[in-house]
Amino acid sequence: MRPARRWAAAVLAAVTVLSGCAGQEPDPTVTVFAAASLRESFTTLGEEFEDRHPGTEVEFSFGGSDTLAAGITGGAPADVFASADEATMARVTRAGGTSGEPEVFARNRLQIVTLPGNPHRVRSLGDLDRPELKVVLCDSSVPCGAASRAVLRTARVRLSPVSYEQDVKSALTKVRLKEADAALVYATDVRAAGDTVTGVEFPEADTALNSYPIAVLDDAPQPERAGEFVAFVRSAEGRRVLRAAGFLEPAPGAP
Amino acid sequence: MRGGGPGSAVGPARSAARVPSALLVPAAAGLVFLLLPLAALLVRAPWAELPGQLGSPQVWQALRLSLLSATTATALCLVLGVPLAWVLARTDFPGRRLVRALVTVPLVLPPVVGGVALLLALGRDGLVGRLLDDWFGVTLPFTTAGVVVAEAFVAMPFLVISVEGTLRAADPRFEEAAATLGASRFTAFRRVTLPLIAPGVAAGAVLAWARALGEFGATITFAGSFPGRTQTMPLAVYLALQNDPAAAVALSLVLLAVSVAVLGAMRDRWTAGVGA
Repeated sequence: MRPARRWAAAVLAAVTVLSGCAGQEPDPTVTVFAAASLRESFTTLGEEFEDRHPGTEVEFSFGGSDTLAAGITGGAPADVFASADEATMARVTRAGGTSGEPEVFARNRLQIVTLPGNPHRVRSLGDLDRPELKVVLCDSSVPCGAASRAVLRTARVRLSPVSYEQDVKSALTKVRLKEADAALVYATDVRAAGDTVTGVEFPEADTALNSYPIAVLDDAPQPERAGEFVAFVRSAEGRRVLRAAGFLEPAPGAP
Repeated sequence: MRGGGPGSAVGPARSAARVPSALLVPAAAGLVFLLLPLAALLVRAPWAELPGQLGSPQVWQALRLSLLSATTATALCLVLGVPLAWVLARTDFPGRRLVRALVTVPLVLPPVVGGVALLLALGRDGLVGRLLDDWFGVTLPFTTAGVVVAEAFVAMPFLVISVEGTLRAADPRFEEAAATLGASRFTAFRRVTLPLIAPGVAAGAVLAWARALGEFGATITFAGSFPGRTQTMPLAVYLALQNDPAAAVALSLVLLAVSVAVLGAMRDRWTAGVGA
């Protein structure tokens, strides 16, 4: 793994030099790899962090947690990783990618997302079984799919979805484009989609909450600033922004 | 690069020594560039797991769907694309160059965007899709027909460009001769032009088929992903990549082996005697 990382760093350095960044003293840049569902809240937090630390820049790479984790273990030079579930973070930790224990900073809960105004009057998971409804779920290989599977098992509902989507945002898109009538996505996705969709809460969602861990990476080029960013995400202000985006607080008593 | 031994060079000599190194070096680099990732795939492939992967019914389900949809999409491309290529090559109308440029748009469009465009046009709430739903109760997304539509959309430009190029190179006087002998323009096209350009049509069909077989972005966006119905091999590979990269490599090898076998068989049959 080591030589691969060194290579990646060398290639990145070469690209940086070639793209004309050489010559001037570069501002410290914190590179954050974050799950796609954190896009809205982390973008806000990044801007606030830059305001509080003049001269520091925060750069984000948002994507599926698994893809980002593969990038990190493959040697992508990042400072911070925020994953949408603990299993994915554990994969990075096992590969020796994190420095220190990852800490859970937020949790997310599934919602049923329906067409605007909920024209089919979906009230529960059981309603999704109606034959006239086209339902899409996340594939069970991604965190939202695993959570969907868990809540359906709890509710003892067997669905026949029309598609298993590769991530939560494409499941949401299918409903936004009115191709599907309903999907299971995170509460934060429903909120970010505004009034193009309507969210429906269901009690079983509490049995499969996703915990979002964050960690400074072992090979972080800016470990100090990275640590400050993680602390900022976990601060009262960070929690306020995350709550506003629809996230839940970490479980009480969690580290 | 052949004809190294003495006496083996019949006809124009093509010994390696005559190839200018200004061409040979980048050519070799190009070859390595194309083959290296393939070699890495083969070297790092989990060969021990391969028999287990091949035994799984999901693999065969995805492979069967891939072959079926790519072949149907190619047929659709032929039915619509060959006449389109003929119109572009043989007729003159205002805006022909613009139409020709528009035909190639799916080539440069990121396939995912192509998939979204297809949804906006042919989806349940799309411009035309809404009418299909109202009048016939037909919706394309999430169906195998939707996979075929997505694949044909990205593959057709390859066929049209290939056939149009062949048509331009073909001598139009054969068609004109047929016309002076009393054949209608359509008969001339069917009896004279089509046999003349058969190799170009075949090459275009092979290109389109290969493109359709590997199609990912437009398919997953427009048709979704459901095992046996819309989950083709590239989609299965992508989903496997999320938590089992070894399985993804194994699946890719299956797809690769099948496509090489099919393309090899077609090449032998179609281009024999054409002088390729």
